[in-house]
Amino acid sequence: MNILEINDLSKVFNLHILNNKKLEALKSINLTVAEGEIIGLTGKSGSGKSSLMKCIYRTYLASGGQINYKSINGMVDLVTASDHEVIELRKNEITYCSQFLSVIPRVSAVDVVCENLFKVNADKEAARYKAKGMLQQLGFPAELWDAFPVTFSGGEQQRINVARAIITSPRFLLIDEPTASLDPKTKDIVVDMLLDLKKHGTSILCISHDEYTIEKLVDRRINLHLGEILNLN
Amino acid sequence: MSNTEDNWLLKVNNLTKIYGDYTENSIKNTGPKFNSNICPETGSIVACADINFELYPGEVLGIVGESGSGKSTVVKLLYFDMEQSLGSAFLKPHLDGLSNILEESNQKKRWIRNYLMGMVYQNPRDGLNFKFSSGGNIAEKLIMGGNFHVGNIRNRATDLLEKTEVPVLRMDDKPASFSGGMQQRVQISKAIANNPPLLFLDEVTTGLDVSVQAKVLDLIRELQQDLGIAMIVVSHDLSVIRMLTDRTIVMKNGRIVERGLTDQILQDPQHKYSQLLVSSLL
Amino acid sequence: MVENNKYINKYNFAFIDESTKKEIRRKLLKAVAIPGYQVPYSSPEMPIARGWGTGGLHVTLAIIGKKDIFKIIDQGSDASVNACNLRNFVQSMTGVKTTFDTSEATIIQTRHRITEEELNENQIFVYQVPQPEPLRSVERYENKTRQMHGEANYAKMWVALYEQFVSHGDIMLGAGYPVKVNNRYIMAPSPIPRWDIPNLNLSKALHLFGAGREKRLYAIPPFTKVEPLEFDDIKFHIEDFKGSACSKTGYKKAFLDEMYYDDGSTNFVINDSNFLDKLSEKEQPTQHENKYINQIAE
Repeated sequence: MNILEINDLSKVFNLHILNNKKLEALKSINLTVAEGEIIGLTGKSGSGKSSLMKCIYRTYLASGGQINYKSINGMVDLVTASDHEVIELRKNEITYCSQFLSVIPRVSAVDVVCENLFKVNADKEAARYKAKGMLQQLGFPAELWDAFPVTFSGGEQQRINVARAIITSPRFLLIDEPTASLDPKTKDIVVDMLLDLKKHGTSILCISHDEYTIEKLVDRRINLHLGEILNLN
Repeated sequence: MSNTEDNWLLKVNNLTKIYGDYTENSIKNTGPKFNSNICPETGSIVACADINFELYPGEVLGIVGESGSGKSTVVKLLYFDMEQSLGSAFLKPHLDGLSNILEESNQKKRWIRNYLMGMVYQNPRDGLNFKFSSGGNIAEKLIMGGNFHVGNIRNRATDLLEKTEVPVLRMDDKPASFSGGMQQRVQISKAIANNPPLLFLDEVTTGLDVSVQAKVLDLIRELQQDLGIAMIVVSHDLSVIRMLTDRTIVMKNGRIVERGLTDQILQDPQHKYSQLLVSSLL
Repeated sequence: MVENNKYINKYNFAFIDESTKKEIRRKLLKAVAIPGYQVPYSSPEMPIARGWGTGGLHVTLAIIGKKDIFKIIDQGSDASVNACNLRNFVQSMTGVKTTFDTSEATIIQTRHRITEEELNENQIFVYQVPQPEPLRSVERYENKTRQMHGEANYAKMWVALYEQFVSHGDIMLGAGYPVKVNNRYIMAPSPIPRWDIPNLNLSKALHLFGAGREKRLYAIPPFTKVEPLEFDDIKFHIEDFKGSACSKTGYKKAFLDEMYYDDGSTNFVINDSNFLDKLSEKEQPTQHENKYINQIAE
């Protein structure tokens, strides 16, 4: 069963303020993701990996094609779904983990990790307990749990970012460079955690430049080049 | 998908405010296409026109745009601070959303303002009575809500001030002696005193210094998470919009030029003006 | 030849011309119909300055008839300057009988007091009002206060009471304590002491209020509910004389004046002069009944 079917997806940026210059980011993308499958997106910088992810998450509005997502409540075309439908899906099913942690001022590391649980009105103390468990698993120093992540190092922020994304065990996870700036040991932990999610049924679309991560993590690899899928193996 | 179509808390149809005499052409000949909100025929000013949107329970909606784009006008019309020229608005908790709140009697409007809405203005002097103490200001809202027990009023005011981190010891001082950030927090206490399902925030952090701004934004986020209040956040500051809102409306020359998920508006703006606005972000 | 006797008398009966009296009476009818509502009226010129009782005089002169018996008091006294002058004026303009006796009078004009003796169905009580707008202290604009009355939006008034309690530990209104009339309008009872406020409630007499300078009339019809504003936990109370008694009669259940003497000593005397006279002559005038007075020990 496929959780996601992308048909003929295209994305063109129309830059009004640069004399209507058009930038073609994605061309005729066709892709399916099975339930519980992990797909690795690879390709050079600027090949359209992030654009594809953002189109699925609706941060970008697709210019053409369909992104059919099989939600708990039935099929949704993420290209044409209403904002409120997308908000509900983001709250309950689809999580996007960007490359960089976007921090909220004056919110502690633990509460940043809990954010998505708070959004669905989870019990605060239970959520924090769970978050601390995950941070511990990721080898995140306990003395930083209540500190504000804005001053953290790249590796520390990365771990918070990953923990935040997977704490809700989403049905569909879009994750961008989960292991960049991590040491080999932590890389393994993150990969294991993602594989654990997969065991529980999560489908994952993962961007990575790291061959080691790709090798260990993904079921299938999609290679993008200049906005097009090169191979389908 | 679950049926979210009929779940709205607030529904706004064709909300329009025009100053001066106007004809049908006043709306046709103004707006972003003409880069003007002054009617060329009559000279009337179209502060906002054709405003349509729905707000869902617990949702935070941003309205962004430059000065004079009509964003404040929209919330002021909805809070009955001004009278609309055209249009209607429906609020679910009021008669199950079947009655246009903009056409209600003043008495009913006051009831709606006190029980179902709260407003935090950019200038605390608009939202607070500086002749009364901060506790008295909160008391005013509670009294309008039918609470005539001084002990209970003071207990509730204490709770609210604690929640908004205003020193309770200063409850009986006048807000004129407070700092700007503290005045703003007293204003928020007053606005949420009767636990309204809907809160309007009009440029609430403009003019505050950065650390105070962060504190006020923090408070708003917490209130939203803890109490599940739906909010309309009006701001020209895109960082405020990014931090607080789920969805955003972009306004220019009194019209909505674009609407969408906040991250989409900020990362993939479609309209020429939105692109200009986002590219101006520091 | 037709005799022209139009100018035989120097003045019209009761000084004011008939059409103006009619106007005032019409406004009074409206005031009675909407208890506590302030009715604007013409407030014609009088031979005394505005602020010296013109409003009360307008009401008295508009309603007085030849058979009326007129009494006027100023802060409880029949003999103070303001009362004497206005009494002389009304008497010379109407020729009616005047009296000091509260129970005998049919029209009682007053400044700042209600008589201690109970009023009856045949009496009309007329107040001279300096400031008819109870909301003036919290809202200075007339158009706003009218809107507030129109919508029964009295939160600001309540907050003002709250603020007084918070800063002073009590609601500090010695005179003119705001009342709610007939469950609707908040009304300024003219600066009568709190002592008199409960006597307005369900009173058998008709109470008419005239504010000449501010050009407003209002009324409390007989048997109308009049409640002082009070919180659920902060209650209205009357003046507490702490067990003091009148030095002339030994009486405790009346509003007392504190008298100061040259040697520095003080004592108390009943404020209402006619009531004091009656007690001194061993008469037993019937007093207003209310729970606040009843609480004072004999």
